[in-house]
Amino acid sequence: MRIESPAAQAGPFAHQPVSIPRTMGLVMLALLPATLFGLWQFGWPAVYLFLVTVTAALLAEALCLRIAGKPVRPFLMDGSALLTGWLLALTLPPWAPWWIGLVGSLIAIVIAKQVFGGIGQNLFNPAMVARVALLIAFPLEMTSFVTPAPLFAGHAPDPLEALAITFGGQGIDAFSGATLLGQVRTELGQGHDLTAILPGLFAPLSGALGTVTGSLGETSALLILLGGLFLLAKRVITWQVPVAMLGTIALLAAGMHLYDPAAYAGPIYHLVSGATLLGAFFIATDLVTSPVSARGRLIFGAGCGLLVYVIRTWTAYPEGVAFAVLLMNASTPLIDHYVKPRIYGRDRKGRPIESGDDAQVRP
Amino acid sequence: MKLFKIRGGVHPEGRKELAAKQSIETPPLPHLLHIPLQQHIGATASPAVRRGQRVAKGDLLAAGQGTISAPVHAPTSGRIMGVGSYPAHHASGLSVPTITLQPDGEDRWSDRIQGVEDPFSLDAEAIAARVDAAGIVGLGGATFPSAVKLNLRRKFRLQTLVINGSECEPYLTCDDRLMCEQPDAILDGVRIMAHALGVTQLIVGIEDNKPEAIAAMTVAAAGSDPAIRIAPLPSRYPMGSEKHLVQTLTGRETPARGLTADIGIVVHNPATAFAVHQALRYGYPLVSRVVTVSGGAIARPGNLRVLLGTRVQDLLDHCGGLTEEPVRLISGGPMMGQPLPSTRVPMVKGSNGLLALSASETRRRAPMPCIRCASCVQACPCGLVPLEMAAQIRVGNLETAVGLGLMDCIGCGSCAYVCPGHIPLVQFFNYAKGEMATRGRAKQKQTETKRLAEQRTARLEALKRAKREAMARRKREAAAKQKAEAAALAAKPAREAEQTLTET
Ligand code: SF4
Ligand code: SF4
Repeated sequence: MRIESPAAQAGPFAHQPVSIPRTMGLVMLALLPATLFGLWQFGWPAVYLFLVTVTAALLAEALCLRIAGKPVRPFLMDGSALLTGWLLALTLPPWAPWWIGLVGSLIAIVIAKQVFGGIGQNLFNPAMVARVALLIAFPLEMTSFVTPAPLFAGHAPDPLEALAITFGGQGIDAFSGATLLGQVRTELGQGHDLTAILPGLFAPLSGALGTVTGSLGETSALLILLGGLFLLAKRVITWQVPVAMLGTIALLAAGMHLYDPAAYAGPIYHLVSGATLLGAFFIATDLVTSPVSARGRLIFGAGCGLLVYVIRTWTAYPEGVAFAVLLMNASTPLIDHYVKPRIYGRDRKGRPIESGDDAQVRP
Repeated sequence: MKLFKIRGGVHPEGRKELAAKQSIETPPLPHLLHIPLQQHIGATASPAVRRGQRVAKGDLLAAGQGTISAPVHAPTSGRIMGVGSYPAHHASGLSVPTITLQPDGEDRWSDRIQGVEDPFSLDAEAIAARVDAAGIVGLGGATFPSAVKLNLRRKFRLQTLVINGSECEPYLTCDDRLMCEQPDAILDGVRIMAHALGVTQLIVGIEDNKPEAIAAMTVAAAGSDPAIRIAPLPSRYPMGSEKHLVQTLTGRETPARGLTADIGIVVHNPATAFAVHQALRYGYPLVSRVVTVSGGAIARPGNLRVLLGTRVQDLLDHCGGLTEEPVRLISGGPMMGQPLPSTRVPMVKGSNGLLALSASETRRRAPMPCIRCASCVQACPCGLVPLEMAAQIRVGNLETAVGLGLMDCIGCGSCAYVCPGHIPLVQFFNYAKGEMATRGRAKQKQTETKRLAEQRTARLEALKRAKREAMARRKREAAAKQKAEAAALAAKPAREAEQTLTET
């Protein structure tokens, strides 16, 4: 009988039907509804940008693996590079030129992931590193948003016109719009009263459905929430990060709103707009860059929520998810070092627990 | 009964249906039995028979040595073919001291075998002595000599005996079947053990995936001793880990590096209780055990009462052979069992399962890097961070891994079971534990050597000093003598003195 070298092997000799490609696949499946919605709503230019971004991510990954001398196939097939490109594309302005996607993917894969040593080794979320780098290097392109122009709608660009937009650098002025967060920030900057302007700008329903101006895949709060719940149900992510992050944002927003409704928007506004939900369910929960213990994840999520709110409210940037996640990524090793589960039979400090008085060792 | 929550754990596919409905059967006598002298934790038993000698079933083959050891008995009547070595029931397949017995086909019990009329009239020492003499060890797989555990009352104040009928390993159904078929005998053994331990609380924990066993044991308990509580447990691996079982049943946590006896609780396996019943009531030593033979590659899975020393191949043959080439041959369950190197090795006291697994069952994949998904952290019943320990071991920082709790790891494999990267986490931990043990021994040896060396120097020093002193004494004496002689000389006539001097 042929049996694989038994001496070197320890159990278990059974395995849950899980694998890294399956985990990545489930995340992509969860992203699919919001992605399809985004592609439909922003039309052909968005489709092109999405394809360019994920293709660039895959090529960059393959190239890096080849250079590093690692086996290309198994690592490329693990789905992580595809997912990184995908997530990045979702956070880009939908009609951004093709090279934004390309440069973003290169930054994400080469600098944020492979330089750190490849899958599992990166300290920062690659898609967020790319987004922040792009935002700083190309502020114009990264803040040129469009109003929705759904596929096959009369006024939307057809595939050829779309080519000119994505690859030809054609102006998009006719469609240009501003995100809710951006608009509110501008208005507030001009000293307007939020209670007066917000009803005109913000309709919670369309915000939830996603028929608004915004990044490619961030607009539909409902579909993202759906995907997030799917991931929770499939146990790919745990509840701690999303709940802590959303809860913190909601609490802070509610508190500040009560304090001064004219200057601070309420919780619903913060929860459904911008990248809040995508961030809470898909970005902050990134397995590699978030803490591993339940309590650590609560701290991490709360930190993300706090930073998002602070950045949105008191800094020059209207959106803060990417910065917040990156900052918290940096503290993940620290959190993991100090916040660990309690070991069986020991107290939190690691000392053996007392055995109690009814069963002392006999003298 | 109120149960308490424990952390972590996994839900492996049970696959118990393969053998759960098969009654325990007794395969025909094999042609040869290879009985290893160490089938327990502790010192190897020392042979008590010679080659060519005839033995009856139950005769002593090898006697236990020292405080932690267990004797080995003849599983059937026959002739001793040899006292030598034979491949071990172990992944290494190394040869170990083994007695080979050729059955004569009569399966005749020794006439020295004698039970006790009323075991409850015996005192604790006497019961433990009989359990010891019967060679009974923990049959759940731990193989710790049961008599030593029965003697724990000497050191600890005990109040509860827990019977571990959880059988949480997938595939295994031997305890399940035994509880279905022999509930009265098991409970009799339980009561005898409780009597020996001097405890009043008796709890039998059985996972709720064994409704038939729960029913049978409940009926038997009602008929024998109302103090015995049968507690259905949620089916969750590793429910059978002593400390976790105790926590589920009583809510009490055993201190790290301690025993459940520290909190007044002793845990035994139902098969051990059955063996105690047999030993006390009838005087039968432990010469056989129930083994589940199962797995996708086995033609007819079943539960067999196997004579110790039966070769694996004999069991496979009895179960209709293999339907396909298994990728794994395993002793025990798939979670914590160990791979066997060949089908020649004999079955031993601790082997509760023999599994031939096909590729679709093991689901092996090439390991990938860790993606820090923390599935292992959630699964670990001991609150460890397996990914971090493995990462430290990988780079050789064993001390750091120990600091992270390596020695609190019970090796249950829950972490590796759920790892999407298919990282062999348990293999890392086993390696590191082994390495630390070796280092510990080396260090101990070093200190021992140093101590011996120091002793030797001290001895030599003492010797030298003694010599010097002796020399000094002799000198002094010689000087004194000379002086005395000189004085005498002065007193004697010169001629005489001359003579004396020349004489000396
Ligand atoms: S389960 Fe595996 S991949 Fe996930 S964190 Fe643990 S070791 Fe890493
Ligand atoms: S093998 Fe050790 S580290 Fe892994 S789950 Fe079990 S106790 Fe935890």
